[in-house]
Amino acid sequence: MKDSRKIQVEINGVIFERMIETRMTLSDFIRHECGLTGTHVGCEHGVCGACTIHLNGQAIRSCIMYAVQAHGQKVTTVEGLSQPDGTLHPLQQAFKNQNGLQCGFCTPGMLMTCTAYLEEKSDPTEQEIREVISGNICRCTGYQGIVNATLEIANNKSTNGGA
Amino acid sequence: MKPAAFKYHDPSSVEEALQILAEKENSKILAGGQSLGPMLNFRYVMPDHLIDLNTVSTLDFIHFDDSIFSIGAMTRQRTLERNLELKKLCPIFSEALQWVGHYATRNRGTIGGSLSHLDPSSELPALCAAYDAKLVVRSVRGDRIIDFRDWGISFMTPNLEQDELLTEIKISPWHESHGYAFVEFSRRHGDFAIAGVGCLIALDSNQNIKRLAISIIGVASTPVRLFEAEKAVIGNRLHEDLIAHLDHEISLLEASNDAQTTGIYRKKIASTLLRRAINKATQRAHQSLK
Repeated sequence: MKDSRKIQVEINGVIFERMIETRMTLSDFIRHECGLTGTHVGCEHGVCGACTIHLNGQAIRSCIMYAVQAHGQKVTTVEGLSQPDGTLHPLQQAFKNQNGLQCGFCTPGMLMTCTAYLEEKSDPTEQEIREVISGNICRCTGYQGIVNATLEIANNKSTNGGA
Repeated sequence: MKPAAFKYHDPSSVEEALQILAEKENSKILAGGQSLGPMLNFRYVMPDHLIDLNTVSTLDFIHFDDSIFSIGAMTRQRTLERNLELKKLCPIFSEALQWVGHYATRNRGTIGGSLSHLDPSSELPALCAAYDAKLVVRSVRGDRIIDFRDWGISFMTPNLEQDELLTEIKISPWHESHGYAFVEFSRRHGDFAIAGVGCLIALDSNQNIKRLAISIIGVASTPVRLFEAEKAVIGNRLHEDLIAHLDHEISLLEASNDAQTTGIYRKKIASTLLRRAINKATQRAHQSLK
């Protein structure tokens, strides 16, 4: 007898109700049960950062959390960053401007980490940005474009007085 | 890379969790999941029962009463990093927590989980060692209070019976003016520490050492305090011979070779870090006296 539960998880404002095995990871739930494949699975042990999503506004690793633990909670994935009409989140636009991605595999995790961080600190220094993305590996870019993109937002926020 | 099947339990109280822990064989407690999650995914552990403490709301707290911090076992590392009272009275926590995992893992990781997992490179056990923390452990059979020096039995094995749960950590901040420092070394930022040193130091008006706590991680199989050397240097002024005393106690630690590095290397790194930590802490002690 498989240990299963019916869960309801709000993802990007939409409630998903599914019957799943309790050992299903949140990343697998998001990708396979909910069809939101923007969240990527790299190492499946919490170190690469590709699976990073927001749980109740906080950046967390979805690969080492179980879907049952998200029952009744609010999740945001990379798909939830852009507007319904397709307008990119300012950080996504900055990634585009600053060559912040090549293959794009790490990108959702980078975006989710940085957007969560920018909510807490709107004007981080380059060193602080490097520190915060130290939990996200990128094999392509050498990180500079990602840092530049985040700095672009940081500077905009400080020059526009938080607009 | 998927866990073996388990029966998932979501107790809503500590009592319920203890009951399940007592009744079900081959059960594991799920706290922050940042260490256990990987182990489950690798099938390094395959419990029949997983007891999720995230549904127990009463274990996430930081209280400061009668000059003692009482910290619930499910308190997130992030909460510890940011708590203003803790920052003010035990600033070594903020300094050490920068080294714990990464930004996202600290949002879930807990102090109770870290202490119970007891990885020899963990930073939070180093702090509890420096403060002689008292750990409250509960089971259906009753409660115990364990001094941190009695917590680490052996490699990743704390002083916990199968049916026991760590629920609370009590820390007494140093009231006297003092300095602090936590330093660690790894080859890449965020890797498990090869060695780390936590230091609390108080000086008297003649700049002699009045009180000292040095804890070392990454070297021995459990976190250690340099109790003997600390006692020997009290009353003296900080200088190289004194540090040699502390160094000597490090050299006596049993450090094994592993896939990452040798025991000798870990001890050498610990010696260097000891100097950095004690110098930084002493500087801060001077500043606090002004």
